[in-house]
Amino acid sequence: MTLSIAIDKDVCIGAGQCALTAPGVFTQDDDGFSELLPGREDGGGDPMVREAARACPVQAITVSGTP
Amino acid sequence: MTEPVAFPQDRTCPYHPPAAYDPLREERPLSRITLYDGRGVWVVTGHGAARELLADPRLSSDRTRPAFPAPTERFEAARRDRRVALLGLDDPEHHTQRRMLVPNFTLKRISELRPRIQETVDRLLDAMEEQGPPAELVSAFALPVPSMVICALLGVPYADHDFFEEQSRRLLRGPAPADTQDARDQLDAYFGSLIDRKEKDPGDGLLDDLIREQLCTGEVDRTELISLATILLVAGHETTANMISLGTFTLLGHPRRLAELRADPALMPAAVEELLRFLSIADGLLRVAVEDIEMAGTTIRAGEGVVFSTSVINRDTATFPEPDALDWHRPARHHVAFGFGIHQCLGQNLARAEMEIALLSLFARLPGLRLAVPADDIPFKPGDTLQGMLELPVTW
Repeated sequence: MTLSIAIDKDVCIGAGQCALTAPGVFTQDDDGFSELLPGREDGGGDPMVREAARACPVQAITVSGTP
Repeated sequence: MTEPVAFPQDRTCPYHPPAAYDPLREERPLSRITLYDGRGVWVVTGHGAARELLADPRLSSDRTRPAFPAPTERFEAARRDRRVALLGLDDPEHHTQRRMLVPNFTLKRISELRPRIQETVDRLLDAMEEQGPPAELVSAFALPVPSMVICALLGVPYADHDFFEEQSRRLLRGPAPADTQDARDQLDAYFGSLIDRKEKDPGDGLLDDLIREQLCTGEVDRTELISLATILLVAGHETTANMISLGTFTLLGHPRRLAELRADPALMPAAVEELLRFLSIADGLLRVAVEDIEMAGTTIRAGEGVVFSTSVINRDTATFPEPDALDWHRPARHHVAFGFGIHQCLGQNLARAEMEIALLSLFARLPGLRLAVPADDIPFKPGDTLQGMLELPVTW
């Protein structure tokens, strides 16, 4: 499964829900904003990617691609 | 539509929504309620609608707007003349303040704080064991854990805790509107003089960072910083204190669940998430519509008040099957106990860490922990404030 994950950093409020839900794919930078872990830009097959996007309180994460 | 339900009302069991809210649970995703002053407003009761509406910029959090709904007389008396930082602001002002604070509440920063939280918890449990049994768990444990942690994080002297805990209580629970206003003035004066002292003699807390990086550079003014400090301190200890006291009471009332948790501490993060959903201690998030909003075949008109009953939303059967059962094997992740949208709790990951460490350590250290008096005799907070135990007499 290859996904395309986009994070809108202008919208992100640093709640950390993505990194909490899918810590294998998302992290927080030093300012607290969401970013993808190096090498996991396509989600790395992690089944929690869509859950992480759904957990985002401001819908800053867009996941596209089909399983 | 049925007769509007009065809101808020006192719980009859500390961990269930009041039975009087049952009609709200029947009527999702929107219903009508009547506030203390007789005003009718919308109440959001459905989980999907709550997620949509809490993220909708057409709902304002600005309490100084004339039509903003008030759940109590004291809230009404305090809301108009002063803007509340962070949770009382809309974007873009809110976003600016949030961005200032976010780096201090990341998962990484919170995991760095864990050893310090554990140390605090252990010290308080040592003291309880030395002095008891019995003990009154709110004052001996549930309140000092988050109070000490937020003091250390902010750089507020814990020696002042009697003062600020008392003012927080009056701020949130009055009882009279004058108490709430006076508590706010006293906290303003306290932080005014603390900021003065810190400007001369800086420490290493978040408040010191904000003075150096935001106040001195003109990014925030003194009034804003005082309001921010108050919010961080009050929200930083009252909420988690309630979750620890009510969480303990709830687990003691579910002995089979508690035994499962004791046997497998790895379940604790899921248990905390489920307790957050189940207890929904901040019940009644407030907004006012600034434009018409279509929702579920009805129109929320500009100027109408909107209340989110998190206890009802978090028991929406469409999202949480058998919602009245405490069950951490369900996915509880999408609860709205911390809110949703731009105002979702800034300190949620700190709160999770505190709850996990406090509850795990409490039940591990005191395997015989039990209520010291019958459950029905233990006083808990009225419905018009954060939910939690007033006292929790325990023995072991």
